[in-house]
Amino acid sequence: MSYKGLPDVVTTRRRNLLESAYFTEIARGLAVTGRHLIRNLFNTDKMPTVQYPDQKRDYGPRFRGRHRLTQREDGSPRCVACMMCSTVCPADCIEIIAGEHPDPTIEKYSKEFNIDLLRCVYCGLCEEACPCDAIRMDTGIYEIAAETREAFVVNKDFLLNNDKDGTL
Amino acid sequence: MLAIVLEATAKIGFMFALIMGLVPVLIWAERKGSAFIQDRTGPNRAGVLGIRLAGLIHPIADVIKLLAKEDVVPAMRHKFLYALAPMLVMIVAMSTYAVIPFGDYIMIGGEKIELIVADLEVGMLFVLAIASLGTYGVALGGWASNSKYTFLGSLRATASMISYEITMGLAIMGLFLIFGTFRLTDIVAGQGDLIWGWLPKWGIIVQPLGFLLFIASVYAETNRTPFDMSERDSEIVAGYHTEYSSLKFALFFMAEYAHMVVAAALIAVLFFGGYQIPWLPRPVLEANAGAMLTGGLIAGGIVLGIIAWAFFRRARREKGWYNDAREREPGFLGSVCVVLALVNLGALGLQPWAISELGASLYATFAQIGAFVIKVAFFSWLFIWVRWTVPSFRYDQVMRLGWQIMLPAGLVNLLVTALWVFAVHQP
Ligand code: SF4
Ligand code: SF4
Repeated sequence: MSYKGLPDVVTTRRRNLLESAYFTEIARGLAVTGRHLIRNLFNTDKMPTVQYPDQKRDYGPRFRGRHRLTQREDGSPRCVACMMCSTVCPADCIEIIAGEHPDPTIEKYSKEFNIDLLRCVYCGLCEEACPCDAIRMDTGIYEIAAETREAFVVNKDFLLNNDKDGTL
Repeated sequence: MLAIVLEATAKIGFMFALIMGLVPVLIWAERKGSAFIQDRTGPNRAGVLGIRLAGLIHPIADVIKLLAKEDVVPAMRHKFLYALAPMLVMIVAMSTYAVIPFGDYIMIGGEKIELIVADLEVGMLFVLAIASLGTYGVALGGWASNSKYTFLGSLRATASMISYEITMGLAIMGLFLIFGTFRLTDIVAGQGDLIWGWLPKWGIIVQPLGFLLFIASVYAETNRTPFDMSERDSEIVAGYHTEYSSLKFALFFMAEYAHMVVAAALIAVLFFGGYQIPWLPRPVLEANAGAMLTGGLIAGGIVLGIIAWAFFRRARREKGWYNDAREREPGFLGSVCVVLALVNLGALGLQPWAISELGASLYATFAQIGAFVIKVAFFSWLFIWVRWTVPSFRYDQVMRLGWQIMLPAGLVNLLVTALWVFAVHQP
């Protein structure tokens, strides 16, 4: 079996005397690295490095960031506590306590809705499972930091107000 | 008596300042240079009031970090030797400088002061003897830490030192034959001559093979890539200083760079004419001091002006990038350059072209010291440059290269040089 463009048998060439003397090859290598050095020295802002806290990479709209709970027109949470998301969640990090909704067409609502962001693997299954489009991961927030483990367990109020930055 | 003490103190102080000044700069050059070579940005965060100097503040931050760190020591270490090893390495690295001439002489109060701490008859032998003591620090450090990795590291260091010390000695033996002395001042003075009236009689010209052998063996001696077997991260963690932390580690780390500076100084002194400026021997420097000083000041002013212009351009471009103190940096540095340029041009008012004889002598001295420092800085940089260019040798390759190639080559070089010197001097 042969691959396109690749030889069947790889033959190694013997190094000639100049190459095995090593010094000329080092000099050529130095020229290569020196070229990079000079080029970068005079074009510091053309370097591919992203200066992270100052510059941020743009992620696509499908990027799965921190979750948020969406609201109906009247401002009440859309979640009907159907438990689909907490059932599908592979990390088992969604905790929902259901309550009875006064509107009989809605039946249920979530009294409490906690997500443990430390256990979450950001797989996005909760978002896909939800029948009411109540949970979304479109905030684009990926810098999630806190000082205690407990602070990573975010509650319903937190998830409803998604105008916060990454610090919990 | 007091004058002698003062003189010695001043010279030791200069050498100490040169090493200790170059070490943080080299650490910075290693990081920033490697970053640029690999198309990265390198350190650029630590700063004082937004002044970051392209990462030059980082060594200071490093020192503070290392000072504040906990000193973790292995419980089963050999207490005395464990503490002794980093000191030994550093002391050895520092004491080699005693015999390296960093300038010709300086006239102070009608007295001629040689610019070398100790002008030993056996200067180069002293260097070789002291340099091999450095292995003890590495070997003891590795053994006293009581860990496999450090032990392997020190074994490798010892093996490479033994192999390459011989080549190193052989490589410079030809030089001693040609200049007829071990004294480094005489070797440097001898390199001020010209061959056929135009070629500087530098060590690299008269001993090209000796130079290649010497540079390869000092790279092995200082444990730098491509001979960095004793601290190769991918094989033995950090080698002999794996178990060291905090300031003890800092000593090992700084000693590595101090060794690099000494190796660079040796290369400069033995093969590149030390403080000699090619085609400009001291009398010429003194005779034309006024003109050269004037030209230098004007050229310095213009160069500083161009740098300031570049900074101001950068300041304009970076406006609004950070929205904090960092934005003021290019403007500030540009202003500093402008002030320096003005000082340079203002110094023209002192009529440097009509410089006195004493002034001319001082000028020649400082020009030569400058030449020496530039050469040392270049060869120190070469160490870094080579490290980020070539991959390392395998352990067996290092040994084969040392014993089977470099040792015979050194012997042949010595033989040919001896015959040549014999033919020239004994008709
Ligand atoms: S993203 Fe995945 S892991 Fe995280 S809460 Fe949703 S289903 Fe669970
Ligand atoms: S799947 Fe949607 S509606 Fe159901 S509990 Fe989860 S968030 Fe609420």
